[in-house]
Amino acid sequence: MKNVYTAEIPKSVRIQKLIDDLYSGTPTIESTRAEIITESFKSTEGMPIYLRKSRAFRAIAEKLPVVIRDDELIVGCNSVARRGCQTFPEFSNKWLEEEFDTIATRSADAFYISEETAAKLKEVHKYWQGRTTSELATSYMAPEALNAINHNIFTVGNYFYNGIGHVSVDYDKVLKIGFNGIYEYAKAERDKCNIYDSDYAKRFNFLTSVMESCESAVIFARRYSAAAKELADNCKDAKRREELLTIADICNKVPASGAKSFHEACQSFWFVQLLIQTESSGHSISPGRFDQYMYPYYIKDIESGRITREQAQELVDCVWVKLNSLNKVRDALSAEGFAGYSMFQNLIVGGQDIEGKDATNDLSYMCISASMHVNLPQPSLSMRVWNGTPHELMVKAAELTKTGIGLPAYYNDEIIIPALLSRGLSLEDARDYCIIGCVEPQKGGRTDGWHDAAFFNMCRPLELVFSNGVDKGVRVGPKTGELAELDTYDKFFDAYKKQMDYAIKLMVNADNAVDAAHMERCPLPFLSSMLDDCIGKGKSAQEGGAVYNFTGPQGFGIANVADAMYAINELVYKTKTVTLEQYADALKNNFGMPYSDAYAEKLTVEVVKEITAEGYNVSEAQIAEIFIQIMENNIEAGKKSEYQALYERIKALPKFGNDMDEVDIFGREAAYAYTKPVEKYENPRGGRYHAGLYPVSANVPLGLQTGATPDGRLAGTPIADGVSPAAGSDVNGPTAAANSVAKLDHGIASNGTLFNMKFHPSALKGASGIEGFISLIRAFFDQKGMHMQFNVVSRETLRDAQLHPENYKNLVVRVAGYSALFTTLSKSLQDDIINRTEQGGF
Amino acid sequence: MLDYLNVSGRIFDIQKFSVHDGPGIRTIVFLKGCALRCKWCCNPESQKFEIQTMLQGGKEETIGRDVTVAEVLSIVKQDMPYYRRSGGGMTLSGGEMLCQHEFAYALLRSAKESYINTAVETTGFASYDKIEKLLPYIDTVLMDIKHTDSAKHKLFTTQPNELILENAVKIAENANKLIIRVPVIPTFNDTEAEIAGIAKFASGLKNVEEINLLPYHRFGKDKYDGLDREYLMGDIPSPTDEHMQKLKAVAESYGLKCKIGG
Repeated sequence: MKNVYTAEIPKSVRIQKLIDDLYSGTPTIESTRAEIITESFKSTEGMPIYLRKSRAFRAIAEKLPVVIRDDELIVGCNSVARRGCQTFPEFSNKWLEEEFDTIATRSADAFYISEETAAKLKEVHKYWQGRTTSELATSYMAPEALNAINHNIFTVGNYFYNGIGHVSVDYDKVLKIGFNGIYEYAKAERDKCNIYDSDYAKRFNFLTSVMESCESAVIFARRYSAAAKELADNCKDAKRREELLTIADICNKVPASGAKSFHEACQSFWFVQLLIQTESSGHSISPGRFDQYMYPYYIKDIESGRITREQAQELVDCVWVKLNSLNKVRDALSAEGFAGYSMFQNLIVGGQDIEGKDATNDLSYMCISASMHVNLPQPSLSMRVWNGTPHELMVKAAELTKTGIGLPAYYNDEIIIPALLSRGLSLEDARDYCIIGCVEPQKGGRTDGWHDAAFFNMCRPLELVFSNGVDKGVRVGPKTGELAELDTYDKFFDAYKKQMDYAIKLMVNADNAVDAAHMERCPLPFLSSMLDDCIGKGKSAQEGGAVYNFTGPQGFGIANVADAMYAINELVYKTKTVTLEQYADALKNNFGMPYSDAYAEKLTVEVVKEITAEGYNVSEAQIAEIFIQIMENNIEAGKKSEYQALYERIKALPKFGNDMDEVDIFGREAAYAYTKPVEKYENPRGGRYHAGLYPVSANVPLGLQTGATPDGRLAGTPIADGVSPAAGSDVNGPTAAANSVAKLDHGIASNGTLFNMKFHPSALKGASGIEGFISLIRAFFDQKGMHMQFNVVSRETLRDAQLHPENYKNLVVRVAGYSALFTTLSKSLQDDIINRTEQGGF
Repeated sequence: MLDYLNVSGRIFDIQKFSVHDGPGIRTIVFLKGCALRCKWCCNPESQKFEIQTMLQGGKEETIGRDVTVAEVLSIVKQDMPYYRRSGGGMTLSGGEMLCQHEFAYALLRSAKESYINTAVETTGFASYDKIEKLLPYIDTVLMDIKHTDSAKHKLFTTQPNELILENAVKIAENANKLIIRVPVIPTFNDTEAEIAGIAKFASGLKNVEEINLLPYHRFGKDKYDGLDREYLMGDIPSPTDEHMQKLKAVAESYGLKCKIGG
């Protein structure tokens, strides 16, 4: 048995100072990076794309302002403003320009932008006209796929607008050999190139670009070294002067060379983390198994007496603060889908090592402590749980959960490892998995996982069954039969599967188009330098250079589809209470219920568009009149009561999430309707598709695009999140909900599943509360559940926070696969979180 | 013969994921009917054996349903993975499970045949022969001792306490494990002297090591309105944490392990 030091180390004064400083500013958009890359690209026209990228990265490394803030021990910023962000016009920029006037006041993730910055960005955007990945992606898509996107069947918006990200690089390698070492490796590979090789042109230039990028990282760090030295020379405070000199020394050494101390390792890690997110706008740059690759540096320093545990904890805490300093501006719809300024930097502790032994060490505990100390959303802390996970680590994690911060998320080795093996990972690599972004498992350092490839709304194909494939007068899905033809449940479900299959094909087309666009226009040499086996293969990650290549689009709405199928089977086919036509009619009329403001607004816009398209003018007063009429949904009284009677009948039926086999079986089948077709397809990087079942926070905005569904969900309201039961429908307590969720096949959803549970704080009270909580996780995992996350905060608290946000600036809650500051979320998402069923302990 | 699987009885609720009553994650089966009428009872709908209706949030709810042991067991067994991980199991509560002792016997016996940990919450108010028959199938008996003074006991619960105290002695000798529970009710038994009396009695019982003090709460008040009954406790507040700590110290002074709450 190895000795593990588990005692809590207190938070240092410095950490709170850093946090207070970080949150003293407003998230602000800066134009420096956009200006630099544009200038560089203008000067490299006609050169190979790899070199254009590495030259631009060099220019950024040389010119981005160096910012060292007071009290920092770990340095490196990519914005002057605190929690500021750069923009990435090479991926997309039109949306940003369209939002210049509204971005400071929009409901989700507002950013301040000065007029000067807006003007500068407008200027550089001119260059990118016709040169972005998003424009190329659009031109690569089949018209049917574009049509489906316009009809909100799915969205590939994330990678359409942004870089890919969703990767955990080989941090370990940078820590060990530094960028000088990686440079040498790339050079050796380049030296092996023969000018007559068939792939010489690409390979030679790609490897050159990798070498240049390694040099750029060193240049960037040494600018920090010089700046720290200069600050030290002018620093009157002897202690701070000493710190600055240490920083200057460290930034001179790393990440150029391998780290020789824990402090160097932390700094080297941070430069990697920062620069990846400066090269590209891809988010979910996940540190992965930080407690594993940092441990050798930690233990060496501890054993040699070079640092104390308190000093090590402070360094870890400093890294945590830094992880919260990065920010990203997204388009308004995406911002709602990823609400809360989240960067999804997933960092995981615990689990097994490559030989299958327990991997828990001192740092596993210190990482959990760090999240307690900073009490901030980043990193997205995760914990691997396997049969051999020490109970002490579970208790430590439960104590963090109890704080209500929504961290850590718990992952089950016992299902994830076999799931990854089934996708072709070696046993060692599968055992060494980490989590990317929200909930997506991959082997870090060797995988280009493309995990967040699309949001697929499983409720929309169900709507198409009722309309025989037509949406708003346009054919979007195949003809699956008039309702009269669907005279058995099997025929009905078969029609759903056909609609799903077709929509999934279109989604694959759209994803592959985006993939091809990134491959062509945005290979990333810096990122590729840290991903096996890009250098060996002489290919960027975007071209399939990684050992493992996947595309993982996520479906959501399982609970809605499950409940819908159960209700249809009961009411239409078994008891013949209503006909399918009557059902369809009720759905069209929102069960005779009034529409929400947001949905009525959406419908009003559509109606007004139709009228104006016919050449009529519509006055403000008329628009207001239309809005009120739509909202009230005034229909004939007889019809209305008929619809509402059906609504009440549906509501009274049992629902997914209550451990009732007869309902839960529909959940399993619903999930298969997505997961099974998805795994049939291949991506352009030579890898395969595999499904995820999680929504991030898109179940709210995409719910707004979805009419009433047969489960009794009203038009425009949120879709069920992840594999969780629909909000408020799991009424038999947490064990029943967990049992229902465990009945889904999680193993096939190897891109991750997401199970949200909301606990009232009283449920975790005392030792018996904590023990019960841990047993709940263990028993869910015994049944091969994959993931579990918790919000432990009372409804009353959340309601109060809506009313008095000023009192709750620090309230962190679990949204989907990540945590965010509650007050930064839009009202509708806040409501969704409040409405998730709250499980009490009795 | 599996006859006892078909024994039927009357319950008013089954509650899963109970973590604060007995070891581990438990499923509590609430049997309907009780011989006592404690003024503070937080489950007044449990007292009558008859099926009743109660207004809950403006809606009429039927309280009580007849079920077989097999039906109850199939629900209890759904949480087997949780019992296994937590050392939990099934708890019979009420009402008073002894009022349906044959049903309780069949439930407990069939649970044990499925290797489920069992516990009962009981007033102990029944002839001992009924209790004795159950004991081999109960892992933990959680038994209330509400007061040592029989007159006061009767005033607040409508029943005297002699039978209860006698049974406590016998149960202590024969049960696998007995934990004494005391609902701490202001105006009834919340003085240090009264708790000391109970603790002294408990410490004299064979094999009893633990006592739990359950502070009075008012969560049941709305149910009285729903049943159109008067809430006899008025506006009496719950005991303060401070006071509970004091009482805990009193109980501990008798050499007992004492927990506040289950």
